[in-house]
Amino acid sequence: MTRPLLLILLIAFAGSQLAADWAQFRGNNSSSVSTEPVPAKFDISDGTNISWTADLPGRGLSGPIVVGDRVYLTASSGFRQDRLHVICFDAGSGEKIWHRQFTATGRTMSHPKMCNATPQPASDGERIFAFFSSNDLICLDLDGNLQWFRGLTHDFPNASNSLGMASSPVVVDGQVIVQVENASDSFATAIDVNTGEHTWKIERPQGNNWTSPAVMTGRTPQEKLVVLQSAEHLIACDPRTGQEIWKHPVGCSTIPSSVIAGDMLFVPSEGLTALRYIPDSDAPEVVWQENKLAPGTPSPIYYDGRLFSLKRGNILAGADAATGEVLWQVRLKGPFSGTPVIAGDKMYLFSEKGLAQVVDLSGDKGKVVHTAEFVDTILCTPAVANGALYVRSDQHLWKIADKE
Amino acid sequence: MKATLAALCLLIVSAAFVPPVSADSSELIAEIKAVGPEGKGNRQAQQAVKQLLEDETVKLTSILSAFEDANPLAVNWLRGTFEGLADRRLKENGTLPKQELEEFVLDTRRNPQARRLAYEWLIKVDDTAANRLIPGMLNDRSVEFRRDAVARLLEQATSLFEAEQREESKPLYEKALSGARDDDQIKAIVEKLKELGQEVDLPQHFGFVLAWKLIGPFDNSDESAFDIAYPPESEIKPDGKYQGKDSQELTWVSYATPDDYGIVDLTKAQAAHKGAVTYAFAEFTSDEDRDVEIRLGTPNAWKVWVNGKLAFGQEEYHRGTKLDQYQFPVKLQKGKNQILIKVCQNEQKESWAQKWQFQLRVCDAVGTGVLSTTRPPRVAQPKPDESAEKGDNS
Repeated sequence: MTRPLLLILLIAFAGSQLAADWAQFRGNNSSSVSTEPVPAKFDISDGTNISWTADLPGRGLSGPIVVGDRVYLTASSGFRQDRLHVICFDAGSGEKIWHRQFTATGRTMSHPKMCNATPQPASDGERIFAFFSSNDLICLDLDGNLQWFRGLTHDFPNASNSLGMASSPVVVDGQVIVQVENASDSFATAIDVNTGEHTWKIERPQGNNWTSPAVMTGRTPQEKLVVLQSAEHLIACDPRTGQEIWKHPVGCSTIPSSVIAGDMLFVPSEGLTALRYIPDSDAPEVVWQENKLAPGTPSPIYYDGRLFSLKRGNILAGADAATGEVLWQVRLKGPFSGTPVIAGDKMYLFSEKGLAQVVDLSGDKGKVVHTAEFVDTILCTPAVANGALYVRSDQHLWKIADKE
Repeated sequence: MKATLAALCLLIVSAAFVPPVSADSSELIAEIKAVGPEGKGNRQAQQAVKQLLEDETVKLTSILSAFEDANPLAVNWLRGTFEGLADRRLKENGTLPKQELEEFVLDTRRNPQARRLAYEWLIKVDDTAANRLIPGMLNDRSVEFRRDAVARLLEQATSLFEAEQREESKPLYEKALSGARDDDQIKAIVEKLKELGQEVDLPQHFGFVLAWKLIGPFDNSDESAFDIAYPPESEIKPDGKYQGKDSQELTWVSYATPDDYGIVDLTKAQAAHKGAVTYAFAEFTSDEDRDVEIRLGTPNAWKVWVNGKLAFGQEEYHRGTKLDQYQFPVKLQKGKNQILIKVCQNEQKESWAQKWQFQLRVCDAVGTGVLSTTRPPRVAQPKPDESAEKGDNS
């Protein structure tokens, strides 16, 4: 076999592995979309398409991630929410493979609805990066062996938010990138995945910010940019240096995060704003702006030429992604904290009250085709991988999949 | 001869593949304990963890012993190392060294976090350990052990209480209170003791400072004053007179909060000023030089000084408040100590942004209240006022 052919096969193999994983908040591309369908009907009361249920040792708004045949999850427990848990489950059986616990080094206070395990963990396929509201960042290998530990509030004591931190990390170019943005010592930083050392750290606007970074492609398929939003602006940085590449100088929401599709960015700003990335320009182009698409807490989703926004009042809006024209709206039962996911032309939403709603997106208008009560409070953003959907409450982690 | 030569060759070849002699485990543990802020020492610690995880001879308790004097980052590195080792050994051997772990748990000279970790792995292999050990943990240096012990006593006391054996339940509630340091347990105990006719001095239990001298309002328009040093930051003069916000003359005024949770509501003690700063000063007499924690709850931007030295501060407004929201270590000197707090109110107009208050307590690392030896008598509680703050101020 020639070396180039081997390389192509290896890349293709790696790509297929990555496609099946769900390695971070909203999935590998922060898209909230899986190409693989999952069952449209499920019910925990009679076990329909519930592959397994695992008990959890603590609370969490953090959704699960899936790497290979394992599911990874964080939780926090204790009167002070200062016990940090990272747990690994076998995706097939739901058996716990390992469970590691750490102690928060930063402040653990949060709004009662939130808890220390609010940010979703991330993975580069070799390691798990578990981040917590206390700004503790833990790196473990896939077998639970500690690689490094960082306490960012320990290091920077004024980096905290009494309402709790929620921004989830992304991994790009060998860096795990976190936004630690609050009213006092506000920054974003890139930490070397191998060593846990700072690669760069930049000051960020002072103000609480619960949004998560997103990664987009730059001038070449290999060049990646990390996009950071705040109440002051949206910027794209070089993930290896932190150097600002471009800026959209308009304030953005501090709760729902931006979604990226190719060279388009859909940003919760002035309602919802569509931006087009222009290589070598210091600002993206504004394509459209639509106040009627302002998202509530969940982040917007781009799928198949359409843009979906879960608005205040629990209204799901579907829009033409090219123009921002609202095509349809449907009222759901909320409220919602977690961002929904889309798999196989269907959107899966879990309300805070534990009501699952499945919306068929294949027709001219979104249509609720299934509902299921999960009884527990659900605040997480679920994961979809290998034809299965994973969702957690404070008490349980469920795998929803076709048992056949 | 050939066989000897072959054996010699095999020996030489084998020697070439013998892994390098691993460093002594105590040296590896020292590498882990050397980690510091901003990733300092991470690379060396990472190698040390890796070698320790591969070492089949290292004793679990040698990792636990190293918790003593380790910084909070190193504690977590040690935790990860211990759990990695313990998990592997449990899976391989089906058990862990019970006696060694139990001896460590019971050795109260050891680090409380390390003892708790030893306990949590011990109970995976010994289902009798919890019942044997926890009842003796009521006054432990580990808040988690205390919590478990208090929970058991509460359960016993409540069973008696609900079985109409109220008098028998009372000493159990009292005993539980003596060990309780978590507010949810304390509230549950105090409620029952009240039903049994016994009032509890909560400020004394927690160590809240109730009696203050207040001076304010100084100007904080546009949240500008967090780093402005008004005169009280330079010196405390009981008879000092200063120009405050809107040119009003300010003097120190005594104020003692009647609140069970030590909340000083500045909107009542002074007025609902906006864009304002007030300083609160208290003298705290200690009968020895000692390390304590100051624990603070406030929804306002703040700074705290002890004996003129800035202890900590945070510029955050109206993001919630709760008991023990901020905790920081300070040193008290024998005799009189000065505690000064700066409480900044901004100009937000929302109904949820009107609080201007703080609660401050002095305690040890477990949360046991430390009282000034010259603590003044508590002022009487006013009649119930529905608008008054009550304890849970989150």
